[in-house]
Amino acid sequence: MEALLFERDTVLAAFWMTVRLTAVSALGSLVLGTLLTAMRVAPLASLRGAAGVYVSVARNTPLTLVLLFTGLGVGANLGVELSDDIATNNFWLAVIGLTAYTSAFVCEALRSGLNTVPVGQAEAARSLGLGFVKTLRLITLPQAFRAVVAPLGSILIALTKNTTIALVVGVSEASVRMREMIETYGDQVIEIFLGFAAGFVLLCLPMGLVFGWLSRRMAVAR
Amino acid sequence: MTQADLIVLDQVNKRYGDHHVLRDVNLRVRRGEVVVIIGPSGAGKSTLCRAINRLETIDSGTISVDGTPLPAEGRALARLRAEVGMVFQSFNLFAHKTVLDNVVLGQVHVLKRPKGAAVAKARELLDRVGIGAQAEKYPAQLSGGQQQRVAIARALAMEPKVILFDEPTSALDPEMVNEVLEVMTGLARDGMTMVVVTHEMGFARRAADRVVFMADGEIVEQDSPDGFFGAPSTERAQSFLAKILTH
Ligand SMILES: Nc1ncnc2c1ncn2[C@@H]1O[C@H](COP(=O)(O)OP(=O)(O)O)[C@@H](O)[C@H]1O
Ligand SMILES: [Mg+2]
Repeated sequence: MEALLFERDTVLAAFWMTVRLTAVSALGSLVLGTLLTAMRVAPLASLRGAAGVYVSVARNTPLTLVLLFTGLGVGANLGVELSDDIATNNFWLAVIGLTAYTSAFVCEALRSGLNTVPVGQAEAARSLGLGFVKTLRLITLPQAFRAVVAPLGSILIALTKNTTIALVVGVSEASVRMREMIETYGDQVIEIFLGFAAGFVLLCLPMGLVFGWLSRRMAVAR
Repeated sequence: MTQADLIVLDQVNKRYGDHHVLRDVNLRVRRGEVVVIIGPSGAGKSTLCRAINRLETIDSGTISVDGTPLPAEGRALARLRAEVGMVFQSFNLFAHKTVLDNVVLGQVHVLKRPKGAAVAKARELLDRVGIGAQAEKYPAQLSGGQQQRVAIARALAMEPKVILFDEPTSALDPEMVNEVLEVMTGLARDGMTMVVVTHEMGFARRAADRVVFMADGEIVEQDSPDGFFGAPSTERAQSFLAKILTH
């Protein structure tokens, strides 16, 4: 216990990094996932195809590979620099990788949400003179979102835990700090492990509760 | 075609695979006219209705609205659809929007009316169809008859040139049919151009200028309500009327 108490500032800082990685990647995944969903139902076959291929690849590639690719491929090899500061640079590389991966799952969830929206909703929208984008933005996607709040919550929880893989691009989030501490305080391995696990549970448990509540509150009555 | 013709269907054909659903359909609807389409289930009435604002494509022939052939897609099609109202059997009110927002949405996002003016117009129309007091509710909180009246207000808000009704009372409990038919009769009296698919023969007699009888994808005969109900000329129309008028 002493180790965790003694190091509580660095532990909290590490968890703060986890929270930031999660929040920024979640936002990015929501935006990119929504865009991918729109592409997958677009009238243009090429857009549908491109989004379909992207989602299949991203969903079926291990996250470690995705992050290694953004870190080594995009970062080191292609020499893309997102910031002069190496820590900031690594942070954004991790965000890109996590977003690229998670948005595929967001897209799948939203698409299944779209399938729950009766076809008459889009027909009524089109018969008012709304085009493809406005029908999606005003009528079908909002209803799809409300139908998949709970699955989106699960995706967010998975994303939170997945941020631990950001260590492969050198981001010092909670799990990295844990390893360091285990090396330093070899006599308190169990306590350290339990402490960090509790930290993740503390982060994720409320998410599940909030999303469960939201999902009931936002459900569309038909 | 003459100036008076608002909708013109010329030699329209539609197939679903081998199934020939519309066969050489010719139909003209004059400005201000109320045309009631009747016929047995599967005759192609819904398909015809939906083809007029291109919710269904057709295989051959032409459909024009107010002198303009139906555009294939894009903005031109959206513009045309805004001029052609549609009322569905299953209401199709936007489930996540309040009654008021259902009637406001198209005005703001398609007609680009200022929000204030759109809300004022929506409230006036909701009052007209007798739903003014329920404006803040969600569709699922209303009865079927109320939902369908909101759907009519939603269509009217666009100030369409014509409104298509596809069996607007078929999904309603019997006690709610009349409240919807009354609104429709009022529209007919006010000179709205209407194409109405219905099994309500009372409405057809009362409000229609012309009755069109369809069977097997064809327009079999058309006449004034008195002429059609009094003395249908084809055997198919006679047997159809005999079936529905006996109960
Ligand atoms: N999407 C579709 N795919 C295949 N067949 C269809 C489809 N929609 C309608 N049909 C067929 O077309 C015929 C006409 O349908 P419809 O226009 O709905 O008739 P009505 O409204 O007069 O009952 C029916 O035989 C129906 O089964
Ligand atoms: Mg029908």
